[in-house]
Amino acid sequence: MKNDHRPINVNPSDLFAFAWPISALASITHRIAGVVLFAGIAFGLYALDVSLSSAEGFEALLMKIKSPLGMFVTWGLLSALAYHFVAGIKHLLLDLEVGDTLEGSKFAARTTLLVSAVLIFLAGLWVIQG
Amino acid sequence: MVTQVTSFSRNGLSDFIVQRVSAYVLAAYTVVVLAFILTAGGMTFDIWRDFFDQTWMQVFTLLALLSTCAHAWIGMWTIGTDYIREHYFGNNANAIRLVYQVGCVLMLACYMIWGIQILWGN
Repeated sequence: MKNDHRPINVNPSDLFAFAWPISALASITHRIAGVVLFAGIAFGLYALDVSLSSAEGFEALLMKIKSPLGMFVTWGLLSALAYHFVAGIKHLLLDLEVGDTLEGSKFAARTTLLVSAVLIFLAGLWVIQG
Repeated sequence: MVTQVTSFSRNGLSDFIVQRVSAYVLAAYTVVVLAFILTAGGMTFDIWRDFFDQTWMQVFTLLALLSTCAHAWIGMWTIGTDYIREHYFGNNANAIRLVYQVGCVLMLACYMIWGIQILWGN
């Protein structure tokens, strides 16, 4: 039976009109973290370039990372990496048909958010103590 | 079969597999580099430089960089085709998406060339 009333688009203004399932939240965060990392590669390559160029460059980079802005950028990129990593493993497990039921996906999404929150907290401690 | 001329390999199943293989490579690279930094204790320039001077690490880094470019292209392509559509962007959606895609490719090409230069140029 043909149903002409199926929604095919969600407008940005509608995004908060309905409750987000936790799996949707985990999914969109994975995507956002991926975009952050796309831009973050530039910072990673810059850091690799400077740190391998000379001992002076290495020390200068450490100083930059220890500045307030440097700490924030480093922590932000590590956080995006941590989340994308954990959510990516959830995806790879889905390929193996692990967590592909409704209950399984809710559990996997909760676990992803929890584990990445712990990693992001630890990354913050690491950056501050660095 | 619908052929997507701008997707990574013009084939969805192939893109799916490339996305997975590159994910495994990048996950392994992330673990190896982080484990090295965390276990080295006080990191110095000499320890860091020697680590990246090893042939296996140079090969692994280049492999990770290639994986990054393929992985990021498939991801950014998916995002572009999901959101840059006529419904949201009007009649110019195709043109806008093409500009977006060319921008992504050029950016990734620059990353690739820069990375090779870092590994073997210094």
